[in-house]
Amino acid sequence: MPAESSHANVVAGHAGSIAVPPHALRHHFADLEQQRETATLGMWVFLITEVMFFGGMFAAYLVYRVAYPVAFQEASQHMAFLAGTVNTAVLICSSLFVACAVHAAQTGERKQIVFFLILALLLGMVFLGIKAVEYHDHWVEHTVPGASFQFQGTDPVHSEVFFALYFVMTGFHALHMLIGVGLVAVIIYFAWQGRYSPAYHTPVENVGLYWHFVDIIWIFLYPLLYLISHKHIY
Amino acid sequence: MATSTQIVEKETYLNTDFSIKSWLLTTDHKRIALLYLISITLFFFVGGLFALLIRLELLTPAGDLVQSDTYNKLFSMHGIVMIFLFLIPSIPAVFGNFFVPMMIGARDLAFPRINLLSWYLLMIGGSLIMYSIVTGGVDTGWTFYTPFSTEYANTQVVAAGLGIFVAGFSSILTGLNFIVTIHRMRAPGMSWGRMPLFLWSMYATSVVQILGTPVLAIAVALVFLERVFRIGIFNPQLGGDPLLFQHLFWFYSHPAVYIMILPSMGVVSEVIPCFARKRVFGYAAVALSSIAIAVFGFLVWAHHMFVAGISAYSALVFSLLSYAVALPSAIKVFNWTATIYKGSIHLRTPMLYALGFIGLFTMGGMTGLFLSSLGIDVHVHDTYFVIAHFHYIMVGGAVMGFMAALHFWWPKITGKIYPEVWGKIAASTIFLGFNLTFLPQFILGYLGMPRRYHVYPADFQVLNVMSTAGASILGVGYLLPLVYLFWSLRYGRDAGNNPWNAAGLEWTTASPPPTHNFDETPVVTWEAYNYHQLPAMPEEETIGASGI
Amino acid sequence: MWLKIPLWPSEASTISRNVDALFVFLLSVTGGVTLLVFAVIVFFLFKYRHTKHPVAEQIEGSVPLEILWSVIPLGIFMIFFGWGASIYFAEARPPKDALDVFVVAKQWMWKFEYQTGQREINVLHVPVDRPVRLTMISQDVVHSFFAPEMRVKADVLPGRYTTTWFQAVKPGHYHLFCAQYCGTQHANMVGEIVVMEPAEYQAWLQGGNAEGSIASTGQKLFQELGCISCHRFDTQGRGPNLQGVFGRPVLLDDGRTVVADEDYVRESILQPGAKVVAGFKPIMPTFQGVLSEDQLLALVAYVKSLSVPQQAEPVTSRPPVPPAAGGTPIAQ
Repeated sequence: MPAESSHANVVAGHAGSIAVPPHALRHHFADLEQQRETATLGMWVFLITEVMFFGGMFAAYLVYRVAYPVAFQEASQHMAFLAGTVNTAVLICSSLFVACAVHAAQTGERKQIVFFLILALLLGMVFLGIKAVEYHDHWVEHTVPGASFQFQGTDPVHSEVFFALYFVMTGFHALHMLIGVGLVAVIIYFAWQGRYSPAYHTPVENVGLYWHFVDIIWIFLYPLLYLISHKHIY
Repeated sequence: MATSTQIVEKETYLNTDFSIKSWLLTTDHKRIALLYLISITLFFFVGGLFALLIRLELLTPAGDLVQSDTYNKLFSMHGIVMIFLFLIPSIPAVFGNFFVPMMIGARDLAFPRINLLSWYLLMIGGSLIMYSIVTGGVDTGWTFYTPFSTEYANTQVVAAGLGIFVAGFSSILTGLNFIVTIHRMRAPGMSWGRMPLFLWSMYATSVVQILGTPVLAIAVALVFLERVFRIGIFNPQLGGDPLLFQHLFWFYSHPAVYIMILPSMGVVSEVIPCFARKRVFGYAAVALSSIAIAVFGFLVWAHHMFVAGISAYSALVFSLLSYAVALPSAIKVFNWTATIYKGSIHLRTPMLYALGFIGLFTMGGMTGLFLSSLGIDVHVHDTYFVIAHFHYIMVGGAVMGFMAALHFWWPKITGKIYPEVWGKIAASTIFLGFNLTFLPQFILGYLGMPRRYHVYPADFQVLNVMSTAGASILGVGYLLPLVYLFWSLRYGRDAGNNPWNAAGLEWTTASPPPTHNFDETPVVTWEAYNYHQLPAMPEEETIGASGI
Repeated sequence: MWLKIPLWPSEASTISRNVDALFVFLLSVTGGVTLLVFAVIVFFLFKYRHTKHPVAEQIEGSVPLEILWSVIPLGIFMIFFGWGASIYFAEARPPKDALDVFVVAKQWMWKFEYQTGQREINVLHVPVDRPVRLTMISQDVVHSFFAPEMRVKADVLPGRYTTTWFQAVKPGHYHLFCAQYCGTQHANMVGEIVVMEPAEYQAWLQGGNAEGSIASTGQKLFQELGCISCHRFDTQGRGPNLQGVFGRPVLLDDGRTVVADEDYVRESILQPGAKVVAGFKPIMPTFQGVLSEDQLLALVAYVKSLSVPQQAEPVTSRPPVPPAAGGTPIAQ
C-alpha cells in the first residue's frame, strides 16, 4: 500500500476532501456513491436470505413447542442459564464495539477502528468458547440427541426434539459467528493497513451489519431456548 | 502499428484473450453467461438420458429393462438434474447474466466476482450430484420425502443433498446480484417504467430465489443432519413429524416453479413485440403480473399436500390461493394475444418458440386449474396427470422459452446467424414430439396410473407406447439445434448489430459486444418497445448483409 | 384399437360420478377457452402477417379490458374452487354408520383388519352400498391409499392415523395402488378392492378366522399388559378410568383440552408424557417398541368400545372389567 494514501486516509476531515485510494472505485461503477449504495444494498439482501434460512428452523421450533409445551419446558430447564445469559451480554457488548468501530471509520480514526474491532473479535471468541463448554457439558450430561441421549422427564422423546433443535439452531448460529470472526479479522488487517477513510469505509459498515444481524439472531434464540421455564437446574 | 490497408478485427468480449485462465477467472458477465450455457447444456443431456431410459422401460407393462431400484434412481436423478442443474439456472444464469446489465445500460452486474462464484458453486454442486450418480445414485425422488430419505433409503442421499445445498447458494447469489443491479445500476433515464419486461421478470424471479432457496437449504440440511446424526426432527419414532419436512420442502419448491417459468415469460415478452413490430399491450399489467406471481407463489405450497394429512380447512385456503396465483399468468396470455392484434407478424424461429410457449403453457396452466380443485386433485394427485401438467409447463413452457431466447439472442451473443430453415424444422419437431409425449399422460393419470411406477396394468400400455414414441421425436428435436448452432459458429453469416431491428439497449452495441458493453453510458429518453421508431424487420436473406 | 383405449376409470363409488362431472365441466370450460384463444391467435397471425400488414398499429393497452379478463376468469375459478371444495369436504366426513376397517401399510404391502378379527393382505373386501371408513397408519414410510375407480386417495403416515371413506355402488374387482413413492417395490405395492353383494359379504365374513373381534383382542392386551391395574373402572386408579372417554374432550394438566380420538389413544400409549390428564401424575410407562401397529389398533378399538353409546344404560350397573362388545362387529 503506497505510503502517501495511508497518510491521506489518517487525516481526519471532511469526506470528499481526502484522496481516495486508487483501488477503491471498481470499473463498472460510475462513482463511489453508487458503489457504496450497491454494496450496502447487497449486504441487506443477503441478510434477508439469512432471515429465511434461520426462519425455517424457527418454524420447526414453533411447531414442536406448540405441540409439546411440557417437554420443551422441562428440556429448557436443563439449559445452562448462566452461560446463555453471559453470552447474550457478551454479544450485545461486541455489537456495541462494532458500532464504535464503524463510527471511527466514518471519522477516519484508523487506530480506533482497529481497537474496537479487536475488542469485538475477542468477545466473539469468548462467545464461541462458552458455547464450546456448553456443548461439552451437554455431551457429559447425555443431552446430546442420538444413541447416547438420556433424559428423565415427563416426555423424554419430545424433549430430545428440543435438544435436536437447540444444537441445529445454535450450531448454525455458531457457524455464522465463526464466519463473522473471520470477516472482522480481515477488516482489522485492512484497517491497520490504512485502507479505509471517511470517503471509503463500506466494508467496515457492511461487516458491521452482518455482525449485528448474527447478534440479533442470538437475541431471538436466547429466550426461546433458555427462558421457557422460570426454574433452572443449573 | 497496423498499416492502413490491414483490416483490424473488432475487439469483442470473445477475442480479447483466448487463454483458459481468462475464461475460468473471468468476471465479465458475458463470459460467465457462456460458461453457464455450456454447463447447463451438458446437464440437460445427462437429465435427458435418464428420461430416455425411463421411457424405454415404460414401453412394456413389466419391469424388464432395468431393476426396480435402478428405475427408482433413474426418475430421482432425472428430476434432480433437470430441476437443480438445468431449469433453475437456465434463463437467469445464461440470458439474465448476459443481458441484465446490457438492457439497463450498465457495464457489468453489481458484483462481478460474486457472479463468478455463483458459477463455481453450481459446478461444485453439480459435481457432488454427478458423484452421487456414479457412486450408486439416489432413489428418494427429487422430493426427498421423510422418513424414507432419512431412515430407509440406503443410497447417496447425503452427497446428492449436499450438491443441492451448494447449488442452491449459486441460485441465491445470482438472484441477489440481479436485484441489486436492477435497483442501483440503471443508466440515466432508464426508469422502472421504461425497463424491458424481461427485466421485470428477472427481478421477480430473483426475489423468489432469495426468499425461497434458503428454506430449501435448511430443509435439505436437516435431512442430512438427521440421516447422519439420527436427530429425529422428521422421524415419528423419535418424536418428529414427517409432514414438517413436506411443508419446509414445498415452501421452496412451489416458488421454485415460478423461478423456472417467470424468466421464460420475460423472454416471450421480448420476442412477441419484436416479431409483431409493436409495443406490448398492457405493459403495466404484464409487469405487475410478474410481481404478483412472485408474491402469490409463496402462499400456495400446501396444494402439493391436499391428501397428505393436512386439515380440510387449511386445504380450502390453499386451494383458493392457488386459483389466485393462476390469474396473473392468464392475464399475461391475454396481453400477449392482444400484442399480436394489428401487429406485423414475422414467423421466424424465435417467434415460433414463443408461440409454442403460449400454446403449451396455456394447456399446462389450464390443467393446473384442475389440480387446484380439491375434489379433482384427490383423484389425480401423484398420478401421470401431474407429471403431464408440470412437463407442459416446464418443457412446453420454460424450455421453449429458453429455445426462443437462444435463437433470438444468438446473433448478439455470437455475432452469427443460425440457419433459419433448420430453426423452423427443429421448433416444429420439438412441438410435435412434445405433445405426443405428454398429452397421453393426462389420460393415463386420470385412469389412475400412479407416478414413479415402472410396472403397470396392461391396459395402460398403448398410451405409454405413444408417449415413448413422442419422446424419441422430442429427443431428435433437441439434438438438431446442438448441430446447427455449432455449425453457425463457423459457417453462419455475420449478424451485424441488430439483425431483427429489435428494441432494447443490447441491440445498440456490436455483435458480439465489446467487453465494456457500451462505449459511452447510454442516456435513455425513449419508452420500451419503441417499434414505431425502428425500421422494419429485415428480410431473412438480407440479415447481416449490410453489417448494420 | 382406438376404441379400446379407456379414457376414464369406471365409476364405482358414490362420488365417482360427481368427480367425473366436475372434470368434464373443467375440461369443457378450460378447453373451450383454450381453443378460443388459440383460434384468435392463429387468426391474428394470419390476418396480420407482415406481407399483408406491413405496418403495426401501436396500441398502449386498455384498462377496461384488463379488468374484464381478470374478473371473468376469477369468477369461473370460484366455481371450480367451490365445486371441488364441496367434494373434498364430503370426502373428509365419513357417515356415522360407516363400516370400520383398519389399514396398516408397510413396505410393500397392505394389511387390512376387519372389526370381526379377520386379516387380509392386499385384498379389501367391502359390501356394496355401505359406506366404509378406513383408519390407516404406516409401519415405516409414507404410503398412499389410492383407489382410482372410487376416486379416493389419502396418504398413510407413520406416527399418526389418517382416514378416508368410500361407498361402492357396484360389485366387482377394482384397482388399489400405493400412490406415494415408498422405496424399491413401490410399483408392486398394488392390491384389489372386492365389492360384494350384501349376502355374499356376510358369507365371506362368517367364513373368516375366528380369533375374535379386534376389540376383544384389545381387551386381552389390556389385561395382559397390566393396563387394567392403573386404568381401573372406578375412581381409585392411578390412571384415568377409560370408560366413556373416547370421542369426548379431555382436560390436560397444562390447561389444554383435546378430543380423545384414535391418535390421542395411540399417543398416550407410546408417549404418555406428551398429554397428561389433569389431576393425574405422569407415571405411565411407555410402550414404544413393545407394541406393533396392529396391537395398537386393537387397543384403540377396545378403548373405543368402552364409550357408552347414547341409547345404552348408565355406567353404574357395569361390572369392574366389562368385556368388549361381544364377538360381533362394532357398528353393524
